[in-house]
Amino acid sequence: MNAHLLSVNDLSAAEAIAILNTAEELGKISDGPMKKLPTLRGRTIVNLFFEDSTRTRISFETAAKRLSADVINFSAKGSSVSKGESLKDTAQTLQAIGADAVVIRHSASGAAQRLADSGWISAAVINAGDGTHEHPTQALLDALTIRQHFPSEFGDLTGLNVAIVGDILHSRVARSNVLLLTKLGAKVTLVAPPTLLPVGIETWPVSYSFNLDLILPQMDVVMMLRVQQERMSNFFFPTAREYSKSYGLTNARLASLKSSAIVMHPGPMNRGLEISSESADAQNSVVLEQVANGVLIRMAVLYTLLGGVPLQGGAETKL
Amino acid sequence: MRTLLKNAKLPTGEQVDILIDGRRIAQVAPSISESADRTIDLNSAYVLPGLVDLHTHLREPGREDAETVASGSRAAVKGGYTAVSAMANTHPVADTAGVVEQVFRLGQEAGLCDVFPIGAVTEGLNGEKLAELGAMAESVARVRIFSDDGKCVHDPLVMRRALEYVKSFNGIIAQHAQEPRLTEDAQMNEGSVSSVLGLTGWPAIAEEAIIARDLLLAEHVQSRLHICHLTTAGGVELVRWAKSRGVQVTAEVTPHHLLLTDESVRSYDPVFKVNPPLRSERDVLALRAGLADGTIDVVATDHAPHPTEDKECEWQSAAFGMLGLETALSVVVTTMVKTGMMTWSQLAERMSISPARIAGYSEHGQEIAEGSIANLTVVDPDITYTVDRSNGESKSRNNPFHGQELHGMVTHVLFAGKLVLDNGVVNARVND
Repeated sequence: MNAHLLSVNDLSAAEAIAILNTAEELGKISDGPMKKLPTLRGRTIVNLFFEDSTRTRISFETAAKRLSADVINFSAKGSSVSKGESLKDTAQTLQAIGADAVVIRHSASGAAQRLADSGWISAAVINAGDGTHEHPTQALLDALTIRQHFPSEFGDLTGLNVAIVGDILHSRVARSNVLLLTKLGAKVTLVAPPTLLPVGIETWPVSYSFNLDLILPQMDVVMMLRVQQERMSNFFFPTAREYSKSYGLTNARLASLKSSAIVMHPGPMNRGLEISSESADAQNSVVLEQVANGVLIRMAVLYTLLGGVPLQGGAETKL
Repeated sequence: MRTLLKNAKLPTGEQVDILIDGRRIAQVAPSISESADRTIDLNSAYVLPGLVDLHTHLREPGREDAETVASGSRAAVKGGYTAVSAMANTHPVADTAGVVEQVFRLGQEAGLCDVFPIGAVTEGLNGEKLAELGAMAESVARVRIFSDDGKCVHDPLVMRRALEYVKSFNGIIAQHAQEPRLTEDAQMNEGSVSSVLGLTGWPAIAEEAIIARDLLLAEHVQSRLHICHLTTAGGVELVRWAKSRGVQVTAEVTPHHLLLTDESVRSYDPVFKVNPPLRSERDVLALRAGLADGTIDVVATDHAPHPTEDKECEWQSAAFGMLGLETALSVVVTTMVKTGMMTWSQLAERMSISPARIAGYSEHGQEIAEGSIANLTVVDPDITYTVDRSNGESKSRNNPFHGQELHGMVTHVLFAGKLVLDNGVVNARVND
C-alpha cells in the first residue's frame, strides 16, 4: 500500500478488504474494557481542516486518540490560513512541527494529492475529503457497514445491488463509493436528475437511472446523498419540493424496499428533503452504524499507514 | 555589419549561402565567397523567415514579477521570434494610446525583436464600452489587432460594433471565444477526466457557441475576424465551414494544444492549468489536421508567464496559463513536421508568413531573397533535447513541457540584420 491514502485508487481490493478486517478487529477491542491501544504512542497526527466538518474531524480525532497518538487540530478558520497563508507554507510548518500524518480536508479537489506530491512535507497524507473529488475513508466505512449486514465468504460485496441517490455531480462520497464498491464486486446504480450526473457517466463502471421508483425494489443498499441548497440557484433542479418528490426517500419509497435492504446516509441529513424523517429513523436505517464504523475505519487507516501489518484476527494477542 | 550564412537550407530544401548587409539581405546564392564581418557555417540547418507570434503575454506594465517586455523579448528571441504581439490584459489595461505606446517603446528599448502591442476591444476588458480603438491605431504603436483576450467579448452587439468599427483602419478583432455563463468557475476541459477529478468542466461548446456566432457576425458585417487559441474539433469544423463560405476568418492554435491533453490534469499540477483548457486526444488530432490543411492559419504561443506562488498551490486557486515562446518551434517540429503532417515550408507559413500578413507586420514574414529585411531564424532540425524549465529566458517557470523530449532547436536569430541569438545564446548587447 502507498504511504498515503488520497483516493480509493490507492487501494487494491485486497488492501481495502484488509483495512475492513483490521477495522473489525479494532472494533472487538473497542467493545472491551480497555478502549485505548498503545500502537501510535509518541506519533503526531494533524487534522488539517480547511473546510468545516465537525463530524469528520471528531471521528479522526477519536480514532487517533484511541491509538494513543498525539492529535493537533489545525483549523483554517481563525488561523493564519484565513489571512491567506498558502497550502505550501502550512505544509512546511507542519513538517517543521514534526507531523507523522496529516489528515486534510479541503474545498479544492486535488488538495490532498498536491500536499502529498509536492515535496513540501514527508508525513503520510490522508484525504478526509477534497472538494468534489474523493472521500476515501467515507467509502471504506460505508463498505464496512454494508459488509456487516451482508456477510460473504471472501469479505467482499460481490453481487450486492447498491443505489447511490442524489447529487452525484458534486459528491466526493459518491465518487469514492463508486470506485470502492465496484472494486469489491457490488453492482452500483446511480440515481439522479440528468443535471446532477457527471458528463461521461457512460464510462463509469456503473448503471444509472433517472427513475428512483423503478430501481428501488431490486436494491440491497440505498445510499442517499445530501442535497446542497445552493444547487437550486444554479438550475440543477427547480425546487426542493420537486426534488424531494422525484428523488427523495419518502415513506412510500421506504415501503417499497426489500425487507433486507438497508438505508444509508453520509450525514448531515436534510430531513424532509432527500430523506423523510421516518426513513432516517427506520429500523433498516444504518446511519448511526456508519458513524460508529467511521471511527474504526479511521483507526484502521492510521494503523495501516503508520503502525504495521493488517490485523487478521486474534488482535489482542498481536497487539 | 555584414554577416554571411554559409550552407543554409531554405524551407523549400534548397541549399544556399545568404549574405546580410546592414538591415537587409544583400544576396542569396548557391555559393557566396565575399568577405563578411561574421561568417557562420550552418551545416545545412534550416533558415526560416523570423517567427511571428500573434499572442504573447508580456505582463508589463503591472506584473513585472512575472515577465517584462525585456525578459519576454529575450524569451522570444530564444524561441526564434523576431516579432511578438503583446496582449492587452496588463495593469493598467492596454486600452489607451498611452499604454500601447509605452509597451511599444519598451520593446524598442529592449531592441531584441519587434514588440507590437495589441489593443483592448473594450475599456478595462469589461466587455461593455468600446476602447478608443482609433486612437490606438493612430498612435506610434500603430495597433491593428484588438483583443480582450483573457475575457470574451461576449455581448453580441459590442462584438458586432467592434468588428465594423476597425474596418476603417484595416484592423482585426481577435476573439477569446468563451461563453461566460457556460464556464463559470470552470477549471478544466469538461469530459470524462473532469468528472473523475471532481473539477468543474469547461465544455467545448462554450468555445464553439461563440465561434459560431462570431463567424456569422463577421460574415454579416463583412469584417475580418481572428479566432484566438482554437482548441476543439468542433471549432475546427466551424472555421472550415466559414472559410468555404468566404468569411474573412483566420484562426490560431497554441503549441500546448497541439501536444498536451487533459490527461495531464490527473496530476493536479497547476502547470497544466490553462485557459482555454487542455482538451481530449480527439481534439488534439483535429487541431493538427486543421493546422496541416490550412483551416488553422497560424501557431500562436499564448505565452502566459506566472510567478511561482501563483502555481504552487491548489489547482482551483492557481492562475491560468503556461509558457510557450521558447518551446513553440520545437513543439511544432515534433508534432507536425517529424510526423510528416507538415513541410518546413508550411511551418514557415504558419509561424511567420501568415501571422505577419494577418497583423500587417510588413517587415516580417518576407521572402528570403535579396532586398528583404533580414529577420531570420536558424533551426537545427537534428537536435533532440529534453526541456528543462530552469533554463528559460522568461522570468517565470510555468513550463508545461518540462521533461519532454522535443525535436528541432533554434540556434541563431537575426533581427533586422542583428545577430540577436548566437549559437543559442541571447546577445543583448548586439549593435549594428
